[in-house]
Amino acid sequence: MTTQTVPAPRPEGSTAAAPLLEASGVIMRFGGLTAVNNVDLTVNKGEIVGLIGPNGAGKTTFFNCLTGLYVPTEGTVRYQGTVLPPKPHLVTSAGIARTFQNIRLFANMTVLENVLVGRHTRTKEGLISALLRGPGYKKAEAEGREKAMELLEFIGLDHKADHLSRNLPYGEQRKLEIARAMASEPGLLLLDEPTAGMNPQETRAAEELVFAIRDKGISILVIEHDMRFIFNLCDRTAVLVQGQKIVEGDKETVQNDERVITAYLGAPLEGATDAAASTEADQ
Amino acid sequence: MTTTKSPALPLPLPAAKALVLAGGLATAASAFIHWTWTSEFPGDLTIDGYPGGLQILTLTAGLLIALFSLPLYGVKGTRWLTPAGPNAPLLVLGAAAAATTWFTLIAISTELGGLANLEPGGWIAGVASLLPLIGALGLPQTGSTVGLPSSGGVLAITKHYLGAFTRLVGPNPDLAPVKPLNRWVETLIIIAVAALGLTVFTYGIVTEYGELFIGFLILTGLGTWALMRAGLISRLTALTARHRGTTTAAAFAAAAAFPFTQSDDHFASVGVNILIFATVALGLNVVVGLAGLLDLGYVAFLGVGAYAAALVSGSTSSPTGLHLPFWGAALVGMAAALVFGVVIGAPTLRLRGDYLAIVTLGFGEIFRIAVNSLDGVSGPKVTNGPNGIRNIPDLDILGFDFGQAHTFGAFTLGRFANYFLLMLLVTAFVVTVFSRANDSRIGRAWVAIREDETAAQAMGINGFKLKLLAFALGAALAGLAGTVMAHVSYSVVPDPYQFAGAVPPNSAFLVAAVVLGGMGTIAGPLLGATMLYLIPEKLVFLKEYQLLVFGIALVLLMRLRPEGLIANRRAKLEFHEKDDEPAAPAESDDAPARTEPGPAGLTTAGA
Repeated sequence: MTTQTVPAPRPEGSTAAAPLLEASGVIMRFGGLTAVNNVDLTVNKGEIVGLIGPNGAGKTTFFNCLTGLYVPTEGTVRYQGTVLPPKPHLVTSAGIARTFQNIRLFANMTVLENVLVGRHTRTKEGLISALLRGPGYKKAEAEGREKAMELLEFIGLDHKADHLSRNLPYGEQRKLEIARAMASEPGLLLLDEPTAGMNPQETRAAEELVFAIRDKGISILVIEHDMRFIFNLCDRTAVLVQGQKIVEGDKETVQNDERVITAYLGAPLEGATDAAASTEADQ
Repeated sequence: MTTTKSPALPLPLPAAKALVLAGGLATAASAFIHWTWTSEFPGDLTIDGYPGGLQILTLTAGLLIALFSLPLYGVKGTRWLTPAGPNAPLLVLGAAAAATTWFTLIAISTELGGLANLEPGGWIAGVASLLPLIGALGLPQTGSTVGLPSSGGVLAITKHYLGAFTRLVGPNPDLAPVKPLNRWVETLIIIAVAALGLTVFTYGIVTEYGELFIGFLILTGLGTWALMRAGLISRLTALTARHRGTTTAAAFAAAAAFPFTQSDDHFASVGVNILIFATVALGLNVVVGLAGLLDLGYVAFLGVGAYAAALVSGSTSSPTGLHLPFWGAALVGMAAALVFGVVIGAPTLRLRGDYLAIVTLGFGEIFRIAVNSLDGVSGPKVTNGPNGIRNIPDLDILGFDFGQAHTFGAFTLGRFANYFLLMLLVTAFVVTVFSRANDSRIGRAWVAIREDETAAQAMGINGFKLKLLAFALGAALAGLAGTVMAHVSYSVVPDPYQFAGAVPPNSAFLVAAVVLGGMGTIAGPLLGATMLYLIPEKLVFLKEYQLLVFGIALVLLMRLRPEGLIANRRAKLEFHEKDDEPAAPAESDDAPARTEPGPAGLTTAGA
């Protein structure tokens, strides 16, 4: 259950080791609707993997299957070789942290408190020790604050530690959500549309932030609609269309794939396939 | 930071200043002449040179006005009282003096039947109390002025002028922190504030008739507003935050001094009941204020504690026949309530929001019906059903018999005073538990669950386990208070432990005390519980209209201060979102979000 992460190995060429995250044959059905259909995905240590797809392709559903918010109808998700328990808080303590597509900060808590809540699984002080306030408790609190401040420094929000998170501008809220997720000392960070609603400068800053997180030894799985962002960032990209993974590979493989183009831009009329021709072209 | 600097009444500034000071002194002086001819009106306002009852309130208001008008003349040292300027607080104080005095005059003439019952002194007081208000209207105010009402009935015009008055006073200031004073000076100030608080509270508790209590509420309510507008409250808050230990000790000492100010045990019994009610409300605040779980059956835990303590108290009607010392009974009461809390919480806490509230309401009633039935007829004989467990012997801790009056030097402490001091220790314990739990990893997790349970779980928080912990802790604290309550009231019967009733404690009053006082704070539920206990007690003279007036008062309070009397930082922002936005000065670099100040920006700019 420890998530001590060693310095990042080289992103490529480390495939010989067991993958960090291994989802195999994940199927998620809601009644008659199959939102995620037999998806396999692996993330190796030190990798940044992208997950793209048109709206409604099942990306977020797949994310929720990985983080225990949903229990997959079929298939297994393994993290460092062990099957993940189907409870969000246990997944987090196993070492997978996430952010949300629509920011879900604790709006009425301060910036620092948000990050401290993120450290919940990495601290153990219970109610009794909080009531007794022994030296061990004080040490742990001080240490927690220190680590939280380090993270805030890392994302550049340390000067706003005492602000309520609801008062932060949008871009900083996104950053804070990432810091809060990182506070649980994850081995794998799942980012759900981290640049949604950002302008180009902010998107570039987010790119740098993601690289910096990877350099800390944390692997990243990211959902995004911004193609330039994804292709700049990711070592590998998987494309999800109508719940199925249609292709996975590097930038060129994905960009040149017929089915991806069809899914995003629609097929030419005469050669219409049964692919999702009607899905909207995003970006 | 200022917008309009024009007075509402066109008076020359020196005249306005003089009118305020002289009016204040005249108001104070008018309390020394007789206002009516008969001592039939309670408080006896017929004696010259000896202010009685409501006249004392007028006197206090007049003296406060005189004190706060000293900064107008630049008297050295008095500026500390009004960091945000004396003009707006004087306006509110002027209204306070006028309202208290005119309330008295109206009460005299309606109760005695006619204006003829007012002696010239009453008319003098009425006129004198209007002078400071007129003078203060002639001072330049930072708030915005409003013209005459367009049209409408009496209600609409009243509403218009009340609104205009509120706007004229302006919002409470956000002050920059000031340089700390000498440590000893600050300690002395804290002690003085605690002593003042004790005086005000004691005065409120011992008011003997409803009219005086209403006058007291008018004066303290408006007076507190004035102090807040003066910036004095936020200055004192900053000061107490710097010396938390001293403040806690001073507050505790002031509360402990209460029974020593009483020669009669009656008000000590009111005091101990307030303390029990307030302590249970603080326990409920863990559940409602921190973890955000609405529990409408909370009083059952108080009942569990009381019954458990009664069963092991050595009472003749207890079937167990056990007689444990108090610490044993307290532990049994806490443990029983804790177990009950877990048993109720485990199945119900899987629900959220309204569903949880309904289910806890049901469980609370189940407790009451169950103890009613355990009478040897419908069930095993444990609680004697509606007769309850009676003849609970008084506590005896280390040879100190709580049932006897004890004399310490010049002071005599009666039975209820003894229990008051014991209950105060319990309250102090609960306050400590609350504040330490709140400021910890567990407390943060509770608040996170309240804010967004899904996100909290994604942060690794086991939502169910922590909610159960909050439920169990809250239950145990109520159980502890119940053990004292069993001994204070001689007997334990099922009746008080219901959802709603005319007198506290019951679940509805407890929730109201927490919400009215301020969720998530310590002082809030204590103050809220005190008010909710005193108001029905003092409004007995309204007879059948008592609950109606009480209900209207609650609705008004929640309309005016939705975040509660004492708001914590978070709640304040939650309920006054739009007022807050342009205020934060440190965020001026977020220019794009704030290019249009809008109407909200204009009104708060005067702060």
